[in-house]
Amino acid sequence: MTVRLEELLRQAFPDATELAVEDRTGGGDHFQVIVASPRLSGLSLVEQHRLVYDALAEPLADGTIHELRIKTRGDD
Amino acid sequence: MALKDRIQETIDSEDVVLFMKGTPEQVLCGNSARALDALRSVGAPVTAVDVLPDPAIRQELSALSNWPTIPQVFVRGELVGGADIVQELAETGELREKLDGALGEGWQERGRQERTVELAEGQGPAGLRLVP
Repeated sequence: MTVRLEELLRQAFPDATELAVEDRTGGGDHFQVIVASPRLSGLSLVEQHRLVYDALAEPLADGTIHELRIKTRGDD
Repeated sequence: MALKDRIQETIDSEDVVLFMKGTPEQVLCGNSARALDALRSVGAPVTAVDVLPDPAIRQELSALSNWPTIPQVFVRGELVGGADIVQELAETGELREKLDGALGEGWQERGRQERTVELAEGQGPAGLRLVP
């Protein structure tokens, strides 16, 4: 599952300088994602996290992701 | 008043609103606990809304805020974020700065008031409950 989430994030942030997905519990539904990308530069944290939520909208909606922790930063 | 309007009114009228799973006395989700702890760490005057009594609260809230998950924290009508953001802002000191900016310097001296507002139908009128 982490592979699928990584693919979705990679599509949304093709120029990410850091991109990581961790299965926090090993159960395949609690994830921590880290994204650093120039696309996030100049955006508020709320706007940054919204872009991550958008990228992961499908697994969020279908219940694949039960809990998601997000860490983002812009990167020039 | 429609549920959507009651949610909006709460967001607009309360200084700091935390939409959470459970109540401050009985938190039922780890992320809600993280957000509450972060707010408490700066002594924020939290008005808590439990989204669990009625699934429609969460649906209407997410439609209003364009934010898919719970918890959600608002300061003076503005979405500050979920647990991760609020925790990060508390750690960097930016949460306190945001409260200073939104509530005016000296908000801490007005006394810390944590309370719960009930928005679900069938729970009677929205009541304020002071928590020691």
